[in-house]
Amino acid sequence: MAILVIAEHDNASLKGATLNTVTAATQMGGDIHVLVAGEGCQAAADQAAKVAGVDKVLVADSAAYAHQLAENVSLLVAELGKDYSHVVAPATTSGKNFMPRVAALLDVAQVSDITRVESADTFDRPIYAGNAIATVQSLDAIKVITVRTTGFDAAAAEGGSAAVEAVGSTHDAGVSSFVGEEMAVSDRPELTAAKVVVSGGRGMGSGENFALIDAVADKLGAAVGASRAAVDAGFVPNDMQVGQTGKIVAPELYVAVGISGAIQHLAGMKDSKIIVAINKDEEAPIFQVADYGLVADLFDVLPELEKQL
Amino acid sequence: MKVLVTVKRVIDYNVKVRVKSDNSDVDLSNVKMAMNPFCEIAVEEAVRLKEAGVATEVVAVSLGAKNCQEQLRTALALGADRAIHVESDEVLESLTVAKLLKKVVEEEQPDLIVMGKQAIDTDNNQTGQMLAALTGYGQGTFASEVKVEGGKAQVTREVDGGLQTVELALPAIVTTDLRLNEPRYASLPNIMKAKKKPLDVKTPADLGVEVTSHTKVLKVTPPAERQAGIKVASVEELVDKLKNEAKVI
Ligand SMILES: Cc1cc2nc3c(=O)[nH]c(=O)nc-3n(C[C@H](O)[C@H](O)[C@H](O)COP(=O)(O)OP(=O)(O)OC[C@H]3O[C@@H](n4cnc5c(N)ncnc54)[C@H](O)[C@@H]3O)c2cc1C
Ligand SMILES: Nc1ncnc2c1ncn2[C@@H]1O[C@H](COP(=O)(O)O)[C@@H](O)[C@H]1O
Repeated sequence: MAILVIAEHDNASLKGATLNTVTAATQMGGDIHVLVAGEGCQAAADQAAKVAGVDKVLVADSAAYAHQLAENVSLLVAELGKDYSHVVAPATTSGKNFMPRVAALLDVAQVSDITRVESADTFDRPIYAGNAIATVQSLDAIKVITVRTTGFDAAAAEGGSAAVEAVGSTHDAGVSSFVGEEMAVSDRPELTAAKVVVSGGRGMGSGENFALIDAVADKLGAAVGASRAAVDAGFVPNDMQVGQTGKIVAPELYVAVGISGAIQHLAGMKDSKIIVAINKDEEAPIFQVADYGLVADLFDVLPELEKQL
Repeated sequence: MKVLVTVKRVIDYNVKVRVKSDNSDVDLSNVKMAMNPFCEIAVEEAVRLKEAGVATEVVAVSLGAKNCQEQLRTALALGADRAIHVESDEVLESLTVAKLLKKVVEEEQPDLIVMGKQAIDTDNNQTGQMLAALTGYGQGTFASEVKVEGGKAQVTREVDGGLQTVELALPAIVTTDLRLNEPRYASLPNIMKAKKKPLDVKTPADLGVEVTSHTKVLKVTPPAERQAGIKVASVEELVDKLKNEAKVI
């Protein structure tokens, strides 16, 4: 049987998370079909058709799916999912929102946030903020899975030539509606896909001081992240939070500035290749995971670092 | 309006768990347990709705072994009016919890159900959404703001790109994110009063739900440990190491 991958997209384009999810799905074995559900989403579907390894693209184009409302999308995915061995989506806030609904509608479990595919029915996933890794076997006929994108390389965006098929069925549960959104606009790379991430914590002291981080990030072509404390204090918006309950990142280089290194923060970044910690407290736990630690005042270090890069 | 709030007993968030040497599970013996932090936020939100005159009754529910009554007492001390314990010594997977909660919802008929977005032990992030599917209710997950008005809930959600607001017909399900509110502490008089508040105990059999397993945990292992690296003395040395040793810039 085939595997159904639910694409992450904004109608106009396919999101990078879809590519990592396709790689995970490929490791489960079987033809890969990608569902693009949205409104006016043909462009995203055409991109999905080009992804290496994709055999078929299904497009469900309807106003009911415009904002990926979980109530509506889950009905569609559960209907289509009946004919697949696996239903797989990235563990983004969108995937986390509708996939458990799909699982419940199909009366199966969801295996959340997998980081490794051991076999078609067995997967690794972090539990307890990443302090343990559970190897979980799904006993269900249909496996509903969300994928931690940092655990898998991106499939090639070009090279495939899948057929694109329209799906007629429209589901509107009629219990929810979209009111509005406030999306952050940034020229920087996406946090979860960036090669370099520079994050600031409570030690930054204010939102204005994040300009110091921005300046270093500009030099490195980096994305900017933050600890929960920095977000809670209102220094930066919520979508920048890295950690157990924020975004999971695993860049080549992660620079933690004025971040103490609580387990919940480490859960979101400790798989980074190289970790740099800048903190004035030499006892800060972040130094236990850092490849390079600099015990110093960040207000001295950041301007100097910007100069030297 | 009646509000149902779920509370899960989990390891205290400050504790770093260790994996058992036989790799069967994590070691929870002699570990401090507490209410899941996201459930504390859920209880706080429910209690605030009552204080604002929007809710008339707050009912706390927990599922699991006998000792999760401790967390229910905490919820009562924080302002819940009564509690329901669904007692079971078996491992309750999210789907089973959702099925049990559906039965509780059928009996209690709440207008709003507030749950945590994620339990910090399994990190599943799925029970609220599953309950929403089983009941057919709308869901406002990862909520950072909830407004209830005119038979509807407006929920602002923390999503990857920023914030999204949805409107839900009631009854509906909300799952809490960290910034929804700051939970209060229970005062000593309220802890004493909570001992007298009603706490009903039911079993899965009473609710007509069979406890089944859809997954099997084959093993639990420690994550790859990172070695602590070196301390550098200056920015210059740091830049040099990143360029010439780590070769990441
Ligand atoms: C359920 C739950 C989920 C959570 N999820 C997350 C999550 O996803 N992500 C997350 O990050 N946190 C999360 N947390 C919070 C976490 O426990 C910590 O409270 C938080 O990470 C601390 O942020 P911080 O390191 O910025 O602040 P602090 O711990 O206050 O550390 C600030 C650091 O800055 C240093 N500093 C101060 N001034 C300077 C200076 N001038 N120069 C250099 N260094 C300086 C200090 O020495 C200190 O080490 C969660 C908590 C709970 C309970
Ligand atoms: N055994 C349980 N008892 C009470 N509430 C639970 C239980 N399991 C899950 N929940 C609720 O569902 C939320 C999400 O849990 P999970 O899907 O396991 O991450 C938790 O924050 C709780 O509010």
